[in-house]
Amino acid sequence: MLRLKVNGTERVIDTELDASTPLLWVLRDELGLRGTKFGCGGGFCGACTVHINGEPARACQLRAVDLAGVDITTIEGLAAQGGTLHPLQQAWIDHDVPQCGYCQAGQLMSAAALLKKKTKPSDADIDSAMAGNLCRCGTYQRIRAAIHAAASKMGGKRS
Amino acid sequence: MSGIHTRRDFLRTSTAAGGGLLLAGTLGGQVLLAQTTPAGAPTAGAATESLSPLVFVKIEPNGAIRIYSARAEIGQGIKTSSAMTVAEEMDADWSRVTVEQSPVDNTIYGAQTVGGSRSTPASWDALRRCGAAARAMLITAAARVWQVNENECTTERSVVTHWPSRRTLSYGELAVRAAAVPVPDATRLPLKNSRDYKLIGTRVANVDNRKIVTGEPQYGMDVQLPGMRYAALARAPRRGATVQSANIDTVKRMPGVSDVFIVTDAAADANELLPSVAVIANSTWNAFRARDALQIQWDETRAAGDSWSSYEKQARELSQREGAQVVRQSGDVAGAFSSAARTLEGFYSYPFLSHAPLEPQNTTAWFRDGMLEMWCPVQMVDRARPAIAKLMGLSLEKVVVHLPRIGGGFGRRLSWDYMVEAAVLSKRVQGPVKLVWSREDDIRFDYYRPGGFHALKGALDAKGRLTAWQDHFITFSADGKTPVGVGVIDTADFPIPVLENTRLTQSLLPLATRTGAFRAPRSNGLAFPIQCFLHEMSAAAGRDHVEFLLDLFGAPRPIVAGNANSTHAGRAAAVIRLAAQKAGWGRKLAPGRGMGMAFYYSHSGHVAEVVDVSVSKDKKLTVHRVVVAADIGLIVNRLGFEQQAQGAVMDGLSIALGQRITMERGAVEQSNFGDYPLMRISAAPKVEAYSVDSDSPPTGFGEPALPPLAPALCNAIFAATGERVRTLPLSLSGYHA
Ligand code: FES
Ligand code: FES
Repeated sequence: MLRLKVNGTERVIDTELDASTPLLWVLRDELGLRGTKFGCGGGFCGACTVHINGEPARACQLRAVDLAGVDITTIEGLAAQGGTLHPLQQAWIDHDVPQCGYCQAGQLMSAAALLKKKTKPSDADIDSAMAGNLCRCGTYQRIRAAIHAAASKMGGKRS
Repeated sequence: MSGIHTRRDFLRTSTAAGGGLLLAGTLGGQVLLAQTTPAGAPTAGAATESLSPLVFVKIEPNGAIRIYSARAEIGQGIKTSSAMTVAEEMDADWSRVTVEQSPVDNTIYGAQTVGGSRSTPASWDALRRCGAAARAMLITAAARVWQVNENECTTERSVVTHWPSRRTLSYGELAVRAAAVPVPDATRLPLKNSRDYKLIGTRVANVDNRKIVTGEPQYGMDVQLPGMRYAALARAPRRGATVQSANIDTVKRMPGVSDVFIVTDAAADANELLPSVAVIANSTWNAFRARDALQIQWDETRAAGDSWSSYEKQARELSQREGAQVVRQSGDVAGAFSSAARTLEGFYSYPFLSHAPLEPQNTTAWFRDGMLEMWCPVQMVDRARPAIAKLMGLSLEKVVVHLPRIGGGFGRRLSWDYMVEAAVLSKRVQGPVKLVWSREDDIRFDYYRPGGFHALKGALDAKGRLTAWQDHFITFSADGKTPVGVGVIDTADFPIPVLENTRLTQSLLPLATRTGAFRAPRSNGLAFPIQCFLHEMSAAAGRDHVEFLLDLFGAPRPIVAGNANSTHAGRAAAVIRLAAQKAGWGRKLAPGRGMGMAFYYSHSGHVAEVVDVSVSKDKKLTVHRVVVAADIGLIVNRLGFEQQAQGAVMDGLSIALGQRITMERGAVEQSNFGDYPLMRISAAPKVEAYSVDSDSPPTGFGEPALPPLAPALCNAIFAATGERVRTLPLSLSGYHA
């Protein structure tokens, strides 16, 4: 049995899990949190990005059994309770960032972690924070614009 | 299961008793789409389709409007643009419109396949007629309420107004009455003049954005059904190898594993069902883990020997002479070369490519009570479904296919091998089973864009005019006689039809590796050698490249006489001029910086691109800006247009810079994004997209902006450094981003 704290809620996984099971597959297959995406399973694409104690991390590279007691946030927990979108989610809609959309949960989680650290990120900050998130559809130009827009809307506040 | 509605849900909602207009009539009209390659082989989405245009529009009494989108959504934006098209003719209030994927049923919805940038042009008339019919029914209903003449009524933003009396009724108020009006013959209804468009041509955001940014499950990969099992396959790494034996019993005992077996099906196409061992487990991870624990002895007696290094060597040797097959011969090529003031030669090559959509291949299949229900991210659903029915020995209506939102297509999902695999598995597994490909599976078992080699020769006269063109194309063949479907040369390609003296020959290298359509099939390979070699010619002639191209195009006309679908010289010249003007072509640039231009016509789109690049001493490329100028006819969704331009440029940069698939002893050597790199945000240039105003009917833009990128970039590198790169990817020549 494994207990995980996901999006502020304690979740119990009672299926027998192999110790090697990555967080990604526990989220998706066991908890039904399918917003976190599987793109490569090798730490290359960032589609599986979640927050571990507020830091961005690749859920395909983390063993779930090691995460008891830590705060895990997934894309499903990015909006405020009650459904008000995070300013980044709103900026993503306003700038029409998604194409196929498959990478975007991971992009948003990386961007949200960036804005926690840097309330007014430069292009260089964005490049380094987002370099691990691949977009096969090529939405980078709008991702950059949306991050800047959200940052200025948040007016220096760390969400 | 949120986000992915089932057929049953759909039927329930669409026949719901709550009243409202449900438009469900065949609106007539037949559109014939015939587009074949010179070799006669069909390309992506180029089948002859007869379109029975019919789309459901549902209006609720509260004014909410639901429009069903029939075509698969792979990120090309058809779900948004097709609904815009219906809503425009209907004069619907867009803020009250929601869009849903329709069920898969060609008898009701017509063609649902997506590929070849054909969705927009092929559905354009039908969708507009559907909207016009809905509008007419609403007007009829209103006129009946008011007892007035229909032609005194107008519509705007979901409201019918009777002008003489200024009375109004909203679409919601009319919904129930309109549903009782007979569906009119939509082919006779007037359609709007493009000048009166309010929605078409504007910037409309993706209708699924909210679901995407909140992580709602909506992709095939997200399908979960009660009691569902997970499957992974270990496929033969070498083409042609078969399973001899495997440690099946050991793996069966692993935790979570319910079955392990050798996959066979006598009825399946050997190209679609690769020799493999299947693992069925209770989670994706347990399936992957058990798959990795398999020890399989492969019988390699009939394995293929495909080898990229050997292909390269053979091509170099072959390039020394002409190809055995003559594809085209015109004029007096030998004469033009012997009387030339200057001749040039260039040997170009480009590699195999994998599509690598970010969502790996997957399919969920559930075989029960003599029927098969499937959830699959597939582009070619119209052909896949009957093929699966045939394989399973079922009638078509016993195969129910659901189209989820799809995490990228790029042509990979024009093949349906993963559906064949899942269908075969479903016969053995009790209950639903989800087949998941790993990224490694996706890259190793693709239908690859074939590589190609071109030995080009050109002649210039004393005035620096191009007088002769010769290409020995070295391509691949599965049968030893004809090139693979997408590895063909196009005799209608500029500049061949505008030149008097041309000679195209061809040689074939034997290939067992699977090939298939990749975004802008054929063009994605051909544009690079052709447009770069043209630049070599203009540079050798000491002429400005833009001036050289415009001169070569000459008078406005289709360049293949009598073929209205061939490149139009006037439209080509317009996009070349527009790109040059927006880019500031001819401006003096700092040392180490250069601009390159390339034009290409594909999928009915004329596109010119200018790349502005700086090259450092250690060959680091900084792409400052890419200008895309296109004539694709009328643009339905301007945001969609910009997205496709940006996406195609990024795709083009990934391809040009670092992507290549190589194989040795019949096995593909790359496996994940570590050795098959995608461009990252740090290297993403600013992309500016411009269009030539056009009243021509719209065409798709998923593809035409890709081909010009690689040659424009290589021409820019030449302008910046004087180095002519004739081999892709650029990483092989030491360039990096
Ligand atoms: S799925 Fe985790 S980095 Fe790609
Ligand atoms: S939007 Fe398709 S991969 Fe990023």
